[in-house]
Amino acid sequence: MREIKVCGPNELADGAVRIVSVKNLEIAVIRHGAQYYAYHNHCPHQGGPACEGVRMPQVIDQLDNNGRLIGHAYDENDIHIICPWHGYEFHLNDGVNVSDPKIRLKKFTVTERDGGVFLSI
Amino acid sequence: MNIMNNGDDVVMRDVSLQHYETTQALEHAAQQAVARHYEDFLIVDVDSHHYENESWPEIVEYITDPVLRHDAGHQGLAKPGMGVGYGSYQELNGRIIRYRGRKIEKAPPAPHRDITLMRRWMDAMGTDIACLFPTPMLNLSLSPDVAIQNGLAWAYNSWLCERILQEEPRIKSMLYLPFHDPEACIKTVEHFAGKPGVIGFMVTSTHQRSVFQNGYIRLYKMLEERGLPLAFHSATGGEPGLRLFNKFFGVHALGFCWNNMLYMTNWLINGMPERFPKLKTLWIESGLAWIPFLMQRLDNEYMMRSSEVPLLKRKPSEYMREMYYSSQPMEMVDNRASLELTFNLINAETQLLYASDFPHWDMDLPSTIYDLPFLNEQAKRNILGGNAQRIFNLEPIFSPQKLARRAHKQQR
Repeated sequence: MREIKVCGPNELADGAVRIVSVKNLEIAVIRHGAQYYAYHNHCPHQGGPACEGVRMPQVIDQLDNNGRLIGHAYDENDIHIICPWHGYEFHLNDGVNVSDPKIRLKKFTVTERDGGVFLSI
Repeated sequence: MNIMNNGDDVVMRDVSLQHYETTQALEHAAQQAVARHYEDFLIVDVDSHHYENESWPEIVEYITDPVLRHDAGHQGLAKPGMGVGYGSYQELNGRIIRYRGRKIEKAPPAPHRDITLMRRWMDAMGTDIACLFPTPMLNLSLSPDVAIQNGLAWAYNSWLCERILQEEPRIKSMLYLPFHDPEACIKTVEHFAGKPGVIGFMVTSTHQRSVFQNGYIRLYKMLEERGLPLAFHSATGGEPGLRLFNKFFGVHALGFCWNNMLYMTNWLINGMPERFPKLKTLWIESGLAWIPFLMQRLDNEYMMRSSEVPLLKRKPSEYMREMYYSSQPMEMVDNRASLELTFNLINAETQLLYASDFPHWDMDLPSTIYDLPFLNEQAKRNILGGNAQRIFNLEPIFSPQKLARRAHKQQR
């Protein structure tokens, strides 16, 4: 196990992504709100830089009690990492693909301590 | 782009959506090209695109009709938006960032911006030669005014030949045919065939026209005699049934297949393969899953209704097996066995041509072909470039990056 200091406290702004490359391994450290996440920056679909696109919430179709569509909403508690090449979507909290749970981004441990944010590989 | 060193083997950079450069965006594609040794063989992409509307002021100058030229300059080519039912849904409402990135990407004043952008993605993917098609003009057939179709098609083709194809021999095109007007198609072939970079002609299969009309016969004969392939490039517009969809998901999934199925069926049941046996036809951007369906369906009809199609001497699937198909968007989700069967049904090793459709949202990299476990190395190379080289009689022109890698390997 190796630990790499990614940044100092609050050095990465909310929403920022820092790519950490170690030899041929690219890991994206994502800050979302007060949380940090780290994933292999490699989409299992065609190998795109999965974490270098936008992040958006889960879209919800809202139905009334009779099953009629009454509108749309975003679920801000379920943010998706969206691969910029083709739009494959992954849950930010665990890296699992939204459409097929067998597919996922490899997750890495990232911790925030007094001296900064550290990535374990 | 902020780059920092953190130890000897650690490099960091910050992602910024305020900056966009195709080479950087496709760095992973470039890594695939190196890892798979694409420098060892030719890669030809038979279906890529530009956004000709970005060069519209230039193209307008090639319109010969002064009234149409004025109107085109005022109107523009396409103004998508939700209010007209023709929104920018390809970019997945901002999720595919190369669409907005393209608008801020910097390019030098020369060569033409389209050439610079083409070179960037081609070099990254390991593509040596690419066949370039327009984007909004694929739906030019939806204009009810044949004079507009003819005028814009002629201007676009003239501009494309002079400003792009003549300047970059790695870029080719099968030129747009104004298919509503058979005489205009014939005039287009007579004028543009033989110009640098023109490797065939293309019909967008959104025209609501029947391919069997006698008016087109001379066109097909001309292409057959010249050895120039005729491509049917699918798109989404024109089919009334697609208006029942409220989501682009359905329009795209069915529309791109439906339009080519319609044209293919009409082509077959009117005996065109028998009437023009040496005319090479290429079916573009419908993926592959529709082909087994259509083969089975048409063969079944043929056994019972051969009296309606007396020009056919063989089952429809046998003619289809002699046609050519572009690969993208290749259906690859949980269907390896189906995909292998499809490859066998169409004799993919000789009939399938790799296509990326870049920069569109559902683009396929060369690795989609190269990584297929059921293909041997020669079949991969045929599909990725050899078949196109043979069909279009292409002189192989390799990308500078691949030539450099090859030279480096030889020095070792």
